[in-house]
Amino acid sequence: MIENHSLESITSQIRRDILRMVHKVNSGHPGGSLGCTEFFVALYFEIMKHDCAFSMNGKNEDLFFLSNGHISPVFYSTLARCGYFPVKELNTFRLINSRLQGHPTTHEGLPGIRVASGSLGQGLSVAIGAALSKKLNNDPNTVYVLMGDGELQEGQNWEALMYAAGNDVDNLIATIDLNGKQIDGSTEDVLSLGDVSDKFEAFGWDVLELKEGNSLVRIIEILNVAKSKLGNKKPVAILMKTEMGNGVSFMMHTHAWHGKAPNDEQLAIALSENKETLGDY
Amino acid sequence: MKEYINQGSNDTRSGFGEGLTELGRSHPNVVALCADLIGSLKMQTFIDENPERFFQIGIAEANMMGIAAGLTIGGKIPFTGTFANFSTGRVYDQIRQSIAYSGKNVKICASHAGITLGEDGATHQILEDIGMMKMLPGMTVINSCDFNQTKAATLAIADFEGPVYLRFGRPKVANFTTPENGFEIGKGILLQPGSDVTIVATGHLVWEALEAAKDLNRMGVKAEIINIHTIKPLDKKIILNSVKKTGCIVTAEEHNFIGGLGESIAGMLSRNHPTPHEFVATDDCFGESGTPAQLMEKYGLNKNSIKSKVKSILKKK
Repeated sequence: MIENHSLESITSQIRRDILRMVHKVNSGHPGGSLGCTEFFVALYFEIMKHDCAFSMNGKNEDLFFLSNGHISPVFYSTLARCGYFPVKELNTFRLINSRLQGHPTTHEGLPGIRVASGSLGQGLSVAIGAALSKKLNNDPNTVYVLMGDGELQEGQNWEALMYAAGNDVDNLIATIDLNGKQIDGSTEDVLSLGDVSDKFEAFGWDVLELKEGNSLVRIIEILNVAKSKLGNKKPVAILMKTEMGNGVSFMMHTHAWHGKAPNDEQLAIALSENKETLGDY
Repeated sequence: MKEYINQGSNDTRSGFGEGLTELGRSHPNVVALCADLIGSLKMQTFIDENPERFFQIGIAEANMMGIAAGLTIGGKIPFTGTFANFSTGRVYDQIRQSIAYSGKNVKICASHAGITLGEDGATHQILEDIGMMKMLPGMTVINSCDFNQTKAATLAIADFEGPVYLRFGRPKVANFTTPENGFEIGKGILLQPGSDVTIVATGHLVWEALEAAKDLNRMGVKAEIINIHTIKPLDKKIILNSVKKTGCIVTAEEHNFIGGLGESIAGMLSRNHPTPHEFVATDDCFGESGTPAQLMEKYGLNKNSIKSKVKSILKKK
């Protein structure tokens, strides 16, 4: 399905999916989803070794965990476009009796999801557990986790950061979506994170910084650098600066679209900026 | 009357430790996690024999619950160990989302439950944990009564698929259950047949109930003693069969009457067979420092309270 399509065209289609999903139910989180679309495309269509004939245990494949579960639209669209479940199921997002809950869950049996997330700050711990399980199983594959920057305000993350560095969890790549925004405003105004890079380094992580977190080429490049650093007794973090709402002109440079859906008119503008490439669901 | 002999007082947490050691030998997928309480949880032998399958998490229980959830992915069976207070209230949201809602096969093993933790006082004496854990959809809740039963429960939950909360205690208490009593998750145990009153007990109160039954027998009251170790799912049949015969019930547990075993039974009986009911439990209060025996006496959690509740319920029949 995806063969013969460039990563750019997949990205454009996933943006359309996100916009149409949240518009239909007039709820959901487009801002962070759009900001991380390139990351998801790079990870699932280029970097990760994964099998869309889903098995919960994920032996002999790379695993991905989404800690900031509210950006479920980009996760769902990516999984569907990879072939984990039918693309038309995106039409059920947030509706009653759907497997596509507001926040991702294993509870309804949606292929591709390995843990529920939504209550923030829990994904890194789970990813560490999965990474430890891989080590016990002599499974050389990698565990990836994506976290939001706002959720670094949750204390559990710092327990997990300390643990991973102190215990050589070096088959793990944590990416932090540094979009600088959260519901109530900028992370700087709500609760300053200070220098995230210094903090991660002080906790003993190998830290990579990516200024162009909406460039497919740069994301792939840095993920490959991150992979090359694995196995050196240090967990690896990528601090990825993204633009919330990326790809939709009026959703960028503001936190206003963190958890707000576009109306009919806004949707039309947003879709006109993102070409239909793989066919809308 | 059936005679129960104390085979030598021991702590229930040592039963957990022995069970875990056996699992280390028999179950290659069992892994253990601890939040800086190895000695208290009696995990050292497991660790010595399986260092690669043990994870010292440090004083970071939220992270421990998340790591345990992650370890199940790949087929591990994680047993977490810390005090009951830090196994539940401190990490409720992590258990709720990453374990219960996510359907992860994690065994939350909680020692030092209840007031018999003793001198450390109310900060550590959780009396609300059964309530919190039984409220979680899909969570199995077990409160074992002695060394032998705690060991049996530890072994049983390894072969049971799904999240489990296993609650046990700190002090040395009578060790009286036998292999003939058996241990099956979700099945109550009829310890003493009787016809006048049903006493359903869990945890440390089971021995107290047996002791109370001896005194009651001398007074001509034949008490039927049922041990409910699995609070959820509740063995309705054994309780209903008993109260249909005796017509009244006393429940006994080392927990707040709100949220505990007694509450579960009262709810079940009100739907199926309304029955006069007295509660031996703490009365919606925090504990305090003291010896276990002093605290059990002061908070009404011993054989004397059971006897007095039996006397009062017999009048309401």
